[in-house]
Amino acid sequence: MNNQSQTPQQKAEFERKQHKEEMKQQVISFALMILFTFIAFGMVLLDIGSVFLVPTLLLLAVVQVLFQLYYFMHMKNKGHDMVAVMMYGGLAVAILTIITFTTIIWW
Amino acid sequence: MSHDDVLNPKQMPHDPEKATLEGKNKFLAFWFFLGGETVLFASLFGTYLALNRSTAGENTPENLFGLELVFIMTMLLLTSSLTSVYAMYHMKNHDFKKMQLWLGITVALGLAFLGFEIYEFVHYIHEYEFTFRSSAFGSAFYTLVGFHGGHVLFGLCWIVTLMIRNSKRGLNLYNAPKFYIASLYWHFIDVVWVFIFTVVYLMGKVG
Repeated sequence: MNNQSQTPQQKAEFERKQHKEEMKQQVISFALMILFTFIAFGMVLLDIGSVFLVPTLLLLAVVQVLFQLYYFMHMKNKGHDMVAVMMYGGLAVAILTIITFTTIIWW
Repeated sequence: MSHDDVLNPKQMPHDPEKATLEGKNKFLAFWFFLGGETVLFASLFGTYLALNRSTAGENTPENLFGLELVFIMTMLLLTSSLTSVYAMYHMKNHDFKKMQLWLGITVALGLAFLGFEIYEFVHYIHEYEFTFRSSAFGSAFYTLVGFHGGHVLFGLCWIVTLMIRNSKRGLNLYNAPKFYIASLYWHFIDVVWVFIFTVVYLMGKVG
């Protein structure tokens, strides 16, 4: 259906449906984020003495943040190319900063 | 588009926050700012990671941190992130009253988070005599977590100001970008908190 043949009411109805669909995805992301938080705290409280514990905690944090950025902050939607450039640019500098601080500056 | 259309919620376009040039500019500029914020917090995280074992023979992360409080704070901030998503959902459906309601819930949850954080700092200072000057770990800890707390306070003031300033105006293409950008800021605060509870508290407990 092209835009010309849609009445304003039809268009509004279609958009409401789209927003509802997006909201559903966001509620699912929220549930997953809560789950990841529970897993992370649970692993620390249960005192799992594995060398993989810290990497797993960091991985859970990264996945949770990706949900936050792509679903809650809409980075998955159209028109976010420049946004991705800025965030990944910032991330690259951020990683270099952390590596520098923890290795060269304070060894 | 005439001036009346701009101010009439029934005539608002699909993405009211990006429908005007001003809105588009605000959106892009704000993400540019968030990229810079990422670097700012990275420098604080880098400092903390490098110095959190320099405790000067006093309080260590293990004996200081209590996970119960951190868990409650995490849940509060994560839930407030969802409630601001709901606020933006109602903004896109041009429902100003519901947007204000959900923003109000977001502010309440943010205030509760801030209250717990202040309690935590007071507890450390009075029960453990752990202050900004105790050790390099103390300085790095209060700088990192305090900077985040400052962001929470700033975000709360920002959202409350927008809510009060626009309470009688209703939603229009002029203020929709402002609400949208304030909610982006609020989400970013939660992004930073995810790394704080993981790197500072959980990894601090693991040792």
